[in-house]
Amino acid sequence: MNRQTFTRHDPKRRAVIDHRKKQFAESSYQENTYPHRLNFYSVPPTADITLEQFEQWAIDRLRVLAELEACAFRNRGQDETAAHMKPFLEKYLPLGANSSSRGQEQSARLQEQRQKDHYSHFILRLAFASTEDLRRRFARVETALFRLRLQSDDINERAAFVQSLNLDWEQVSDKERKALREELAATSAAGYGAKIQPEEETWCKVDWERVPELVERRVVFLRGGKAYVPSREQQSMVVAEFTKALEKTLEMTARALPRLDEDDRLTPILNHLSKNFITPDAGYSSNTATPGAEISARNIDKLSSHFPACMSNLHRTLRRDAHLKHYGRLQYTLFLKGIGLSLDECLVFWRGSFSKITDDTFNKEYRYNVRHAYGDVGGDSNRRGGGYSPFSCQKILTEHPPGPGEAHGCPYRHFNMENLTALLQGMGVSDRGVLQGVKDDKENQKFHMACNRVFEHVHKAEIKKARDEGIMTANQLETIVHPNEYFKRSFILKNLDKKTEDVKMQG
Amino acid sequence: MADAAPSESFQVADQIKEEDTIDDSSKEEKKGDVKLEDLFADAESDDEFPSSRPAAATQSSSPGEMTPTSSQEGDTLKASDPEVMKSFYQRLFPWRYLFQWLNHSPTPTNDFSHREFAFTLSNDAYLRYQAFPTSEHIKKDVLRLMPSRFEIGPVYNTNPRDRKTLRNSTAFKPLSKELCFDIDLTDYDDIRTCCDKANICNKCWQFMTMAIKVVDAALREDFGFKHIMWVYSGRRGAHAWVCDKKARSMDDQKRRAVAGYLEVIRGGAQSGKKVNLRRPLHPHLTRSLDILKSHFQEDVLEVQNPWETDEQAEKLLQLLPDRQLNESLRKKWNSAPGRASLSKWADIDALAKTGASKSLDAKALLEAKQDIVLEYTYPRLDIEVSKKLNHLLKSPFVVHPGTGRVCVPIDTRSLEDFDPLGVPTVQSLLAEIDAWKEPEEVDPNSRPVQDWEKTSLKPYVEQFRAFVLALMKDERDVKVKRERDEGPESMDF
Repeated sequence: MNRQTFTRHDPKRRAVIDHRKKQFAESSYQENTYPHRLNFYSVPPTADITLEQFEQWAIDRLRVLAELEACAFRNRGQDETAAHMKPFLEKYLPLGANSSSRGQEQSARLQEQRQKDHYSHFILRLAFASTEDLRRRFARVETALFRLRLQSDDINERAAFVQSLNLDWEQVSDKERKALREELAATSAAGYGAKIQPEEETWCKVDWERVPELVERRVVFLRGGKAYVPSREQQSMVVAEFTKALEKTLEMTARALPRLDEDDRLTPILNHLSKNFITPDAGYSSNTATPGAEISARNIDKLSSHFPACMSNLHRTLRRDAHLKHYGRLQYTLFLKGIGLSLDECLVFWRGSFSKITDDTFNKEYRYNVRHAYGDVGGDSNRRGGGYSPFSCQKILTEHPPGPGEAHGCPYRHFNMENLTALLQGMGVSDRGVLQGVKDDKENQKFHMACNRVFEHVHKAEIKKARDEGIMTANQLETIVHPNEYFKRSFILKNLDKKTEDVKMQG
Repeated sequence: MADAAPSESFQVADQIKEEDTIDDSSKEEKKGDVKLEDLFADAESDDEFPSSRPAAATQSSSPGEMTPTSSQEGDTLKASDPEVMKSFYQRLFPWRYLFQWLNHSPTPTNDFSHREFAFTLSNDAYLRYQAFPTSEHIKKDVLRLMPSRFEIGPVYNTNPRDRKTLRNSTAFKPLSKELCFDIDLTDYDDIRTCCDKANICNKCWQFMTMAIKVVDAALREDFGFKHIMWVYSGRRGAHAWVCDKKARSMDDQKRRAVAGYLEVIRGGAQSGKKVNLRRPLHPHLTRSLDILKSHFQEDVLEVQNPWETDEQAEKLLQLLPDRQLNESLRKKWNSAPGRASLSKWADIDALAKTGASKSLDAKALLEAKQDIVLEYTYPRLDIEVSKKLNHLLKSPFVVHPGTGRVCVPIDTRSLEDFDPLGVPTVQSLLAEIDAWKEPEEVDPNSRPVQDWEKTSLKPYVEQFRAFVLALMKDERDVKVKRERDEGPESMDF
């Protein structure tokens, strides 16, 4: 309905020329100027750039975004991410503050930087608008980039930028602030450690829907649907606005994309860009079977020695209780699917494992879900896509934390140290040094590190051999970020040994 | 309708026909004027809830045709028996109020007609994406298919039945749904001692009472929601339906935010201490703690006695921070096996005061104790239900196929009095209709008594009706206000 009005940010963009003459006319668009370091990207670029620039700028931005996603994925904290990203940002996408520019030359350089930032954002927007999945990821990393820059922005310039956005926030009056002193004090200190008197802070009052992130973390006081946001947290409101606007415009770009009447200059570049946006959580292609493994229902017990802690725990729980709750079943089913267990075998496996229930109950309550995960039933898109893909560590770590009585999730994250130690000992890890290392990793929230540490310990001899004999390259031995990769590598390493023995014997 | 002689024996088919004609005539009346009050007067008088004739007449109708003829027979029938279900849907289910509740207006709108219903049939087939223009249509289809229960999903941007005709699958999108919460006593299995799995008793129902109090207070005071209905789920849990317009139109992110705000108990079976809160406590948690404190003493420590054995007490010790103190507690409790949880809880402070531990951090101990209170009382929500816009939830007033109990609304004003085991079963309700006798003196002007009014379902239906009325009033006020705001010129003459 109001799509028209939405895209017309600027009245000057309206086509005032007769459409027949349009292609010969000079551009009458307003030239972009960039008064602020940050950009909400609400106005599309209008000037001409070369094809080389088009590609180069996009690739530079992509490098930054990919690195940023990798940071989120490795569970790096905010400060750590900022430190890690600094050289990347300076190299590929520098963005100076107003205060850093003195004189004509530097000011021009600043405008150039900002133009590149602006244009590259819009190029990638075109490249990543096509599917829902890409849109979501793009919005997520762009938001992360925006947040990073907002935090590093000069205080005065940030204030000016926020001012320019014209967001309507109601200030909390002194009287109300005094009346709610205690409640506000309880939230203002939350998450900071330092106790700041609520009187010393400015607060603003907005509908809670505008700051869902703060509500979810319980860091704002709520009353009657209004959230009381301390000035420091206003940053996250700006970020939320940014995400909201970006998601909306991405959707619109997607709708306009088919009408992008484009010759063969840009489309190949755009396709190439979106294809190269491959990062660790891009999933594990389940069709890469593990060579030499007999993957069948009756073999799972044997194979489970190659499972990472998360799956090992699910397997143990299943054997102990003859049951798993929904997300446990899902996580485990998809993992089994990923190691190459066929649907039929998977059904055999679950039927056998749920030994306390009747065939009837199994068929009624569980069979469908397994088939759904394999894409055997369900909506068109599910069947066409072959069901869900196996969960990556990222997904297991961040989505659906286990509740009471549930066994899914990542033990390194969701277990307490005692239970984790017990599990690891059950898996045959009793080396003190390793356990201490795992403990440190866990405390520093480096769950991947802990898992890889255990992997390296369990496969110490084999890894050394593989490396020494050059059977596996360093590339093939980099950090594991997917449970199925853990299995595959473990299986190959353990059997690589056998194979070479075979060879020796033959020799 | 008053003309219909009560002496005639009647049959189901006749009755449906009769209803149809009445409904048509009332519809014509509706076209002229859509005043809410008028429509309600209308709702009272028409045959939405058919009235069976006096008991004598019912008995004369062919037996087994629609109702069990005697109360004994009613008790022996299973709740899932098709005849029982048929009578229930035909005579007792409040279709009109269900329609008004989901439609938010007396005249049919897309809020109802684009709403997804999902039926679970008696052979356990699950039919999704059902949709109906009015309450009559859904009633007819339910009587045709006889689902053992049905669930309510979101309102979609098009009629769910037409979803396949859309260009692509992404064009079919959910727009709005009530914000829902689901609390289930099975999630309390590690802290309740009286029952487990699907079993409940009045002792462990107290957990539900606490949960409802805490969640209800947060939704009303913090989020400012007004139209919150709690419904007994028929066996071991309760659902909340937050029906405010603002709540209905929330997207997944906002639903997730509310869920996260309310979620305190985190961690699976292996994660140890499940409550780890930042200090100072958020005002929501301070309030919850105030609500829960007395329940903790009475309903948990006294009634559940969760740390009676040494093994159980060990669980408590694991949640306490001070090693030395734990040692002395362990010693004390070992010497007095079977010491009640209430005393054990008191022992913690008593021993702490005597200086059993030199390095005792009083603040840490207090905080740990607060965390324990919350771990044993704070609501354990099945949070996935609340996070997704397109999650389906069982409709109020359907019958739980296992227990036969009707999913009735819970009155939060007399929450403590709610007895899940006293909720009427479908068999008992049908028996009540049969046992009902027309009062001796009948006021000739009174409207005929409807079937639900003859049963113990009456207070629940009335409560539902009042809830729906208040909701519709608010929706209408908003509309009126908007019209006034938008067109002041039209008022100026």
